Amino acid sequence: MAFLILSMAALVSSILVITRRNAVHAAIWLIVALLSVGGIYLILQAEFLFAVQIILYVGGIMVLFLFVLMLVNVDASVRQAPFNRQWPVGLGTAVLLLAEMAYGFWRGGAPLAAAAVSTVAPAAQGNTQAVGMALYQNYMLPVELASLLLLVAMVGAVIMAKKRLG
Amino acid sequence: MIPFQWCLFLSVGLLTVGVIGVLTRRNVLVILMSIELILNAVNINLVAFSHYFRAVTGQVFAIFVITDAAAEAVVGLALIVALFRNKETVNADEMDLLKW
Repeated sequence: MAFLILSMAALVSSILVITRRNAVHAAIWLIVALLSVGGIYLILQAEFLFAVQIILYVGGIMVLFLFVLMLVNVDASVRQAPFNRQWPVGLGTAVLLLAEMAYGFWRGGAPLAAAAVSTVAPAAQGNTQAVGMALYQNYMLPVELASLLLLVAMVGAVIMAKKRLG
Repeated sequence: MIPFQWCLFLSVGLLTVGVIGVLTRRNVLVILMSIELILNAVNINLVAFSHYFRAVTGQVFAIFVITDAAAEAVVGLALIVALFRNKETVNADEMDLLKW
C-alpha cells in the first residue's frame, strides 16, 4: 500500500516536473519525486541508498540546480513556449518506448519473478555494513575511479563556469 | 511483499516521463532534471533486483549511478552557466553555435 502511494507520488510529481512552465516549480516537484523514490528504496530495504538519496540528491544536487536557476534568467523563459516545435514526434517516440518495455515486462516478468525467489538466506549484517563491505572489498577500483571522476567533474565545472580573464 | 513487476512498471513509467521531458522541453535546466528522473528510474530497477535476488551488488551499482549523476549535473550546470553568459538564453533550440 505504501509502495503504491509512493509510486503514484513519484509518477505524478515527475509528470509535473516536465509540464511546469516555471523551472523553479519544476525543481520543487523534482524534490518531491526524489523523496518518493527514496521512500521506495526504504521499502525495498536499501536503507543506505535512502540516506544517500536524501543527502546527495535532495541536499546536494537539487541545491545546485536551484542555485543555477537563480543565476540564469527565469522570468524570460516563463513567458516563452515551454515545449519545442517537434514535441509530437518526441512524445510519440517516448510512448512507443513505454509500450515496448511494458509489453516486454508484462510477458517476461513472470519467469523473472519466479527466478527472483532466492534460496540464499538474508545476510545477518545490516544493509550499510553489507554495502560498505562490497564497496571496499570487491569494488575497490571502481570506488577509486568514481573519486577520480568527481575530481575531474569538479575541476571541469570550475574551469567552464569561471569568467574568462583578459 | 511487493510484486516484482510493480517495481519494473514504476521504473518504466519514470523512465518514459524522463525521456518525454528530454525530447520535448526547451529549457535546458528542465532537460537536465529529466535526465535525473531517468537515472532515478534506473536506480529503482537496480535496487529492486538487488532486493529480490538478495544480493547487495545492485545497490553498489546504484551508488555509482548516483555518483555519475552528481558529476553529470555539475558539468551540465557549469555548461549552462557558461552558455548563458555568452548567449543570454537557456533554450535548447537557440543554442545553435555549431550550426551554420
